[in-house]
Amino acid sequence: MTQSHRIAGGQIDRSKTLRFTFDGIPYQGHPGDTLASALLANGVRLMGRSFKYHRPRGPLSAGSEEPNALVELRTGGRQEPNTRATVAELFDGLEANSQNRWPSLRFDALSINDRLNTFFAAGFYYKTFMWPKAFWEKVYEPIIRRAAGLGSVSREEDPDAYDKGFLHCDLLVIGAGPAGLMAALTAGRAGKRVILADEDFALGGRLNAETLTVGGAAGGDWAAGVVAELATLANVRLMARTTVIGAFDHGIYGAVERVSDHLAVPVIGKPRQVLWRIYSKRAILAAGAIERPIAFENNDRPGIMLAGALRAYANRWGVKAGERVAVFTNNDDGLRTAADLKSKGVEVAAVIDGRDGAEVIDTSGRLGLKSIRVRHSNGRIEDIRVDALGVSGGWNPNVNIHSHHRSRPVWDAAIAGFVPGNDGPPGLVVAGAAAGFLSTHGALRTGRDAAIAALGLTGAAPDLPEAEDAPVCITPLWHVNHGKGRAWIDQQNDVTVKDVKLAKQENFTSVEHMKRYTTLGMATDQGKTGNVIGLAVMAELTGRSIPETGTTIYRPPYTPVAMGALAGRSRGKDFKPYRLTPSHHWATEQGAVFVEVGNWLRTQWVPKAGETEWRQSVDREVLATRKSVGICDVTTLGKIDIQGTDAGAFLDRVYANTFSTLAVGKCRYGLMLREDGIVYDDGTTARMGEHEYVMTTTTANAVTVFRHLEFCRQCLWPDMDVQLISTTEAWAQFSVAGPNARKLLEKLVDQDISDAAFPYMGAGNVTVCGGLRARLFRISFSGELAYEIAVPTRYGDALLREMLARGAEYEPIVYGTEALGVMRIEKGHVAGGELNGQSTALHMGLGKMVSKKKDSIGMVLSQREGLADPDGYRLVGVKPVDPNGRLTAGSHFLAIGAAPVAANDGGWLTSKVYSPHIGCDIALGYLKGGNAKIGSRMRAVNLVGGTDTEVEIVSPHFFDPDGERLRG
Amino acid sequence: MAEMLKAMTALGANEPVSVTVGPVTVTERFDVALASVAARRGRMAELGAAAKVAGLPLPGPARFLAGTPYSTYWVAPEMWFVEADLASHEMIATTLKDALGDAASVTEQTDAWVCLDLAAPDLAPLLERLCNVDFSGVPDGHATRTMLEHLGCYLIKHGPGAARLYGPRSSAKSLLHALEVAAMSAF
Repeated sequence: MTQSHRIAGGQIDRSKTLRFTFDGIPYQGHPGDTLASALLANGVRLMGRSFKYHRPRGPLSAGSEEPNALVELRTGGRQEPNTRATVAELFDGLEANSQNRWPSLRFDALSINDRLNTFFAAGFYYKTFMWPKAFWEKVYEPIIRRAAGLGSVSREEDPDAYDKGFLHCDLLVIGAGPAGLMAALTAGRAGKRVILADEDFALGGRLNAETLTVGGAAGGDWAAGVVAELATLANVRLMARTTVIGAFDHGIYGAVERVSDHLAVPVIGKPRQVLWRIYSKRAILAAGAIERPIAFENNDRPGIMLAGALRAYANRWGVKAGERVAVFTNNDDGLRTAADLKSKGVEVAAVIDGRDGAEVIDTSGRLGLKSIRVRHSNGRIEDIRVDALGVSGGWNPNVNIHSHHRSRPVWDAAIAGFVPGNDGPPGLVVAGAAAGFLSTHGALRTGRDAAIAALGLTGAAPDLPEAEDAPVCITPLWHVNHGKGRAWIDQQNDVTVKDVKLAKQENFTSVEHMKRYTTLGMATDQGKTGNVIGLAVMAELTGRSIPETGTTIYRPPYTPVAMGALAGRSRGKDFKPYRLTPSHHWATEQGAVFVEVGNWLRTQWVPKAGETEWRQSVDREVLATRKSVGICDVTTLGKIDIQGTDAGAFLDRVYANTFSTLAVGKCRYGLMLREDGIVYDDGTTARMGEHEYVMTTTTANAVTVFRHLEFCRQCLWPDMDVQLISTTEAWAQFSVAGPNARKLLEKLVDQDISDAAFPYMGAGNVTVCGGLRARLFRISFSGELAYEIAVPTRYGDALLREMLARGAEYEPIVYGTEALGVMRIEKGHVAGGELNGQSTALHMGLGKMVSKKKDSIGMVLSQREGLADPDGYRLVGVKPVDPNGRLTAGSHFLAIGAAPVAANDGGWLTSKVYSPHIGCDIALGYLKGGNAKIGSRMRAVNLVGGTDTEVEIVSPHFFDPDGERLRG
Repeated sequence: MAEMLKAMTALGANEPVSVTVGPVTVTERFDVALASVAARRGRMAELGAAAKVAGLPLPGPARFLAGTPYSTYWVAPEMWFVEADLASHEMIATTLKDALGDAASVTEQTDAWVCLDLAAPDLAPLLERLCNVDFSGVPDGHATRTMLEHLGCYLIKHGPGAARLYGPRSSAKSLLHALEVAAMSAF
């Protein structure tokens, strides 16, 4: 079968033949075809099965409003379900398959649902699957889910790339039909930056589908001429295959450009699609109008289409949808279809004009239309043999995007349709058929005028080409009152007139209720063809007018968007950018294991030869550090440069403890509270000069603390002389810890760093390796004699290698975050597990740090009765009574013998490690009345992990509690 | 001194990297010293006078001004980033501090950023896939903070086909990767 239904004419390139398959059967088409036009050209009308009843369906439309002809395109990772055949551009090798059927499209077992339709009326599952209750999740829902739904996914990874981008323009024109082209031409000639976007691959809109002339030329030719002129204007960007999916705030529109969907595979390096964010000063919605059907019994058979679609297939694609055609219309536009088809040599068997009282009351044909039953105005009933029927119930202006900010469209009785109201998105003007101007002249005129008005143009505007300006002559006809069979309103969701009647009967008369009760207007087409009929039927049933009945809310996206387009490049290893530490290259060479800390990749541990298990590496790093010296990259800690004559006073306000009295050349541990008194962050801050401090923050809070300080500076105390800037990345900073830390550093630092010259908590600018500027801080997180040394980041890698080389006699090791964690818990320092956003300084055993001699953020509220409760949580250390006992973080404290219920909960373990010095698991935890319980025994119970360990409550300072080592 | 320690570029090499994808060339600059200069509260006039003497332009919002030895771009109210040749200004912060005195807070920023020069006949198709700067719509000398690939960056337009990009140094590789894939995609 080779294109049996192809007729002359159309905008297809017959010099080339494209091969494609549908359900495995090979067919041929031409460039310019859609999958639907090509299938129709090959005499294939049956393209899908309906959602609920599995009714055989063919295309209703020739555009993106299509409810029926949904197919699965491509295979494997590129398989995409629910693709509208009416907009899928044909390419050589295209593979398409029907969906929602088994075992085949022609013989679908679940079409039994159609026979059982009386059981499947709207709301049936709300009522039917009520009992037994337990069956819903395990039995009913899985069965319903298998039976319902449309396409399937392959579950393979999408191999294609998707981009995101940003565009800017004076005027965004949405839709490139006569109105949009005229608007773009007007603005483009005026020198404005214009973006003209259209979802179709051919610009021109309905002009490509009509035989109407514009300026004496065929409409399609006029459109091509305008497009050609626009293409020469550097200030105009033409974006075919680009669907504007939504209107967002401040003139920003979302648009999806299908860059490669018309190709078998994207060109290497090119994305499949691009999600654009278009920043427009003004926008014109020229999205045209969508024809609506008329509901009558069995109006959903393959071969029954919108009249405009029949015309489009004939005029644009050179395809006759049937050998013998009828038209059922309530307006003059339907008559145009009959005329066009006749001129193409297609036999038009009948025109049934509802305005004359004639109606189609039923149809026949199981897998495709065979005949229609017509009731003439005189009551005579006639069966007419046709294999295609064009239906026109009038045109609905495409107000969708105009209503994305909840603007309610208003009813225009003259065209029997909703037109945009006056409260659309600011800066958006509607023109052409979208505004209710349904003639070609009206579209051209309003398109031009909209551009002039939107941009305030004053110069000469393009002349209006001559075009038809026929008035709309329509008599509303929503559904045919005849018989007891089903007349479809929303073909995608299998919503019939009966369902709307049932909704009314059950008092779901509000449009929003009707939508949810019947599913009218849901799913991929969002009711583009069915919504207005549904609410017109409801209006009729309730005796209200259509505007009184109202519309549901329009929301983005206008048409379905691939999840990949929303994700863009942010997937897999590119999900987020990485931050690499200055020691990353060295660590990679050593085979270090990395851990993600925010975006940072930090060294977690550095395995040595022979170490087969992570604990071996971590234990070794801890023991070696405490025995001699270890080096850890701490560049990730936030560093904030704070300068200004009020810098000290500023720190006094943001920190709970005092910094204005800190001597130059010293540093101090600081505790920062939130307004509510809970600990926000901690770190050391050094005074580098009279009006210059360097604050360090935790890695996790580096950004949020900086933001917090900026808020304080700019909004709370704008009168303070304080300047802030992050220097986190400017310095490569290493902790050098252990008894030999000083000896190692003395081999690099040019200045005297003896205990006398550079005492505990000293800080200052030094030089290393003969003059390189550096900063040195004598601070310790590990409890050892320790320093942090910082050099400009570019020298970080070299400094690390130099420290290891020059200090070789001390056998220095590099330790990672695991060893860091072990040593800080051995020392009882708080970190992420304890800085948990619900604990105060008092809870952490740091209550005395909150100075009451000055005001600071959080000071007052930290004194709240509940937070200051002497029996409240306190940080304690925890050891298993049996050294072989295992602890798990998150375990809860219970008294010996107490039942594991919430009422007996005494607190929880916040952090746990194995301490090679203590020789067993150790942990920190918050325990109610913890101070008084030191020395007692409790249980650490983890019901999830299944552990119940008897523990001893001890001081959180497991190691060197008097701090002799760090002052050494 | 510094020669004893071998500097590593932000992209992890000994020498700055230059990558060409289609018409786009991305060149890492390793010879630019950078510091921030912020006026102390109420001392803008003093800073202005001192800056003039020091040859330090202080452009208005979203602007870059080239000068000798310093070129400057605005980053926040009464705050600028100052560029200079690294060879002659390795101690840029100290030098500026000496020149500007107490009227300004000066902070070393050289190694906080990776500095990338972008070149192509037209950079707009590249940048429109990366950030929301209206590159073809803004004049030469436009300088702005923007997000590229989730990274806070400074973008300075020197011409339709020339721009400088400062991105967070630790994410230099991720930033370059984003530029490369965007260049492949755009051209």
